[in-house]
Amino acid sequence: MKNPCTLNFSKLGCNKGGRQLFSDVDCTLEAGRWLYVTGANGVGKTSLLRMVCGLSSIEYGDVLWNGQSIQAQHDAYRQDLCYLGHLNALQESMSVAENLTFTCALGGMAPSAAQTEQVLTRFGLRGRSRQLVRHLSQGQKRRVALSRLALSRARLWVLDEPYVAMDEAGVQMLADLIAKHLADGGLAVVTSHQRVPIGDIPAQILELRAA
Amino acid sequence: MSTTIRTIGLGQVMLAVLKREVSLGMRQKGEVLTPLMFFAVVASLFPLGVGAESNLLLRMAPGVLWVSALLAAMLSLQRMFAMDHADGSLEQMVLSATPLGLLVLAKALAHFLLSGLPLVLMAPILGLQFGLDGRALGLLMLTLLLGTPTLSLIGSIGAALTLGVRGAGVLLSLLILPLYIPVLIFGAGAVEADAAGLGIGGHLSLLAALTLASLGFAPWATAAALKIALE
Repeated sequence: MKNPCTLNFSKLGCNKGGRQLFSDVDCTLEAGRWLYVTGANGVGKTSLLRMVCGLSSIEYGDVLWNGQSIQAQHDAYRQDLCYLGHLNALQESMSVAENLTFTCALGGMAPSAAQTEQVLTRFGLRGRSRQLVRHLSQGQKRRVALSRLALSRARLWVLDEPYVAMDEAGVQMLADLIAKHLADGGLAVVTSHQRVPIGDIPAQILELRAA
Repeated sequence: MSTTIRTIGLGQVMLAVLKREVSLGMRQKGEVLTPLMFFAVVASLFPLGVGAESNLLLRMAPGVLWVSALLAAMLSLQRMFAMDHADGSLEQMVLSATPLGLLVLAKALAHFLLSGLPLVLMAPILGLQFGLDGRALGLLMLTLLLGTPTLSLIGSIGAALTLGVRGAGVLLSLLILPLYIPVLIFGAGAVEADAAGLGIGGHLSLLAALTLASLGFAPWATAAALKIALE
């Protein structure tokens, strides 16, 4: 069994365009738990998530992974991290399987053709692996992007509005996938305007308010 | 997942990036072919404009072909990161456990294969219009082969710096063309020096040195610029 991981925010704050979005956010997330980040539009949910990933620089406070600042352990942290943002990171002129294989490769994983097919089937994309992404619907593209999670070895999933464009079955399947990840000792940070329960694991709620 | 998924090392991640870039280039043939056609057209305009004065053409040839190659390489730089930026792939590359500099190196190599190498292969055909002899044509190819990787590597810095900027194309040329000057001087200079009966060892060594220096330095500068672009 892998070591249990923890994620801490310590006095995290963010300024955008001279305006303070949030400040002094403290939070501790243990292995097997998930953090539900909520708040009104424009309150800084995406900014918070980008700071957690290390995509945006952290100006105030710090994000700690296993007790150590993520800025001091870029490489180790990135191996543990899987981020899904608003953008799906799919090239329109490549096929579903090519896209999935490539994003997995960036994460240091090389799933076999059978493994990708299995995951795509689970995500309701059976027989679509050779289709070009440009021919898929928005919801299907989101599913392709999400299927990457099932092939990832990351311990921490950071998901920005993962349920957007998904139908009911897709939302349920994603919730089940996150529940399984948490049961395996993973962590998840999720923002969403839909309050979707993840198995029977209670959410740790972080409500951002305008400062 | 019942079976465990195979993990891969740095080299294989870079190879995956290279393969993806080349296969994307093959699918967007228009974008790859346009700079090459541009190269052919620009280099062909000079003999038409200057007239059939063979001595003048012969003297101009290395410079004209090199300048045309620089401009053609510029044209394809913009698309180096633009698509990945638009669709979010760039975020995933930045977040990859593989250092971004190495991924950039793979992308620059792909750019060389799709834009620099075809220029090298086309150069002797275009050189014939200027009346260059076999030895000069061979030397022209050699200098282009040594110099075009530098164009891709230094160009990647400019492509990253102008990412998401409106009117990026012109700004990119202003940023990058001055940096191409040393490559141009030694590249075109080698062919001229040889025609004048002088040694060319110095020119070639300096071209190779420029390539090596940009190989070690450019990917990291580009990586830093990309991280800023994503902030």
